Amino acid sequence: MLVRQTRAEFLKLWRVPAFSATSLLLPIVFYAFIGIGQASQVLQGTHVTFGAYFLASMSVYSVANVMIFSFGISVATERGMKTDLLMRATPLPPLVYLLSRCITAIVFAALTLAVLFPFAYIAGGVRLEAEQWFTLAYRVLLGSIPFIALGFAIGYLSGPNSAVAVINLIYLPTAFASGLFFPKQLLPQIIQNVSPYLPLYRFGQLGWDAVGAKWFGYPTFWVNRVHIAAEELGTVPEGVGKDLNDLATFVQARR
Amino acid sequence: MTTAAQLIDATKKYGSVEALKGVSLDIELGDVVAMLGPNGAGKTTSISLLLGLRKPTSGKAVLFGMDPTNVSARSRVGVMLQESGVPQMLKVSEIVDLFRSYYPDPLPRERAIAMAGLEEKANSLVKELSGGQRQRLYFALAVCGNPDVLFLDEPTVGMDVEGRRSFIERIAEFAHLGKTVVLTTHYLEEADQLARRVIVIDRGVVIADAPPAEIKSRVAGKRVRFVAPALGEKDLEGLPVSAVTIKDHSVQLLTNQPEAVLRELFQRGVQIAELEVSGADLEDAFIALTTH
Repeated sequence: MLVRQTRAEFLKLWRVPAFSATSLLLPIVFYAFIGIGQASQVLQGTHVTFGAYFLASMSVYSVANVMIFSFGISVATERGMKTDLLMRATPLPPLVYLLSRCITAIVFAALTLAVLFPFAYIAGGVRLEAEQWFTLAYRVLLGSIPFIALGFAIGYLSGPNSAVAVINLIYLPTAFASGLFFPKQLLPQIIQNVSPYLPLYRFGQLGWDAVGAKWFGYPTFWVNRVHIAAEELGTVPEGVGKDLNDLATFVQARR
Repeated sequence: MTTAAQLIDATKKYGSVEALKGVSLDIELGDVVAMLGPNGAGKTTSISLLLGLRKPTSGKAVLFGMDPTNVSARSRVGVMLQESGVPQMLKVSEIVDLFRSYYPDPLPRERAIAMAGLEEKANSLVKELSGGQRQRLYFALAVCGNPDVLFLDEPTVGMDVEGRRSFIERIAEFAHLGKTVVLTTHYLEEADQLARRVIVIDRGVVIADAPPAEIKSRVAGKRVRFVAPALGEKDLEGLPVSAVTIKDHSVQLLTNQPEAVLRELFQRGVQIAELEVSGADLEDAFIALTTH
């Protein structure tokens, strides 16, 4: 039952070009317009290129986008068409219904990354360690799950007609304010103050951290247990120590 | 166990509106029941309670001896709702298959599609169906699980005469298989043609529950219709008539003594034209029961 339901949910979304094409292509479009031009520029104080930073940003953006749209809009539209009423009258267990939608959304999100990553590699010349690609991918996929809740909330609170508008009104500006399009440091001070409170910013940090951009506000501390030479790290951490006690001291000292 | 579904003293309030007031009814296996009532009578609410789509404000709804939200109970039930929707971007065959997968022992896909007369459209997307075809799809979805009980809430609303006629035949076919059918409708011919038991609901209360013939017999025997341009209220005073309706100058009433009534009207000097006297049917019974 779960397999069949998931397949049906997937087809439902895949066959709507407004959703499937946008989810897969929009991040590439953004990347092409914004990322490629400056892709090889290195961000101040780090070894990270703008291309890599923007790849992380767009991964976060597109995956959260899939979650919010596939849950938000489809929920709102189905409520408008009273599809949910009929589904509730069937013997389909609610848990199966929910799971099938989550799986579908994650599959779509993974597809989005599968399109975006090669594009960044080829067109943006982004070079990361294999481990970094992988870390970026799984963090972004896992981290998008809370955005399912946001999607549901929007879907239930807005009607079918307003859901798209609500999402666009909230989502894109928030993405900008969260430093997804331009590093936070480049945004006006007022917005910078708000950024840390935005969920996309926190989500973004997962991505940026994976590509090694400590520049984005993460103070980093390197626990150098096996005495590796500092050059190996590729970036200069705020503090260095040899075990977690040192880390504790470091944190205390910063208070 | 022979009881398929029950409402036990069920009350349902929507805010301050009491849609059902302490209604009790039993649907036995094999019943073919029509719930008849004007709009807002409480028919859809009753079905919603029996299906577990809503919970009663007080009282109980029972489906196959279980709570209606129980998946095992639901797996023996097929539903066609008045307000319904299906995903637009799936094909007919895909969505029938999807619904079939919810049930333990479904009909073969082709049979379900054939029962709805949608063989030609099996590979079309749902959004390409016409209104009547979509209703038939909902019917296919209701029967595809081979349920023991079929709930149909106003299934022929929006259909043309031909569509309604063939739809009623399909439902009758299903009932002949020995299945239980619970149908709500405000089309009296449907109830008359299909049901072996009619439950009349009005304003949240059951006012009659009997076979169609018995309900008809409760109501005065003959329907008299005529046109009388100069008829006034007092012209009908004291006559053994009921369910009088006067629209423009058309008068319709029920009476057990049509000859006496007509003789009296002539004596009072009422001019009448286009006189019709016929046997009261379910429609008359219904109007008589629900207008007070």
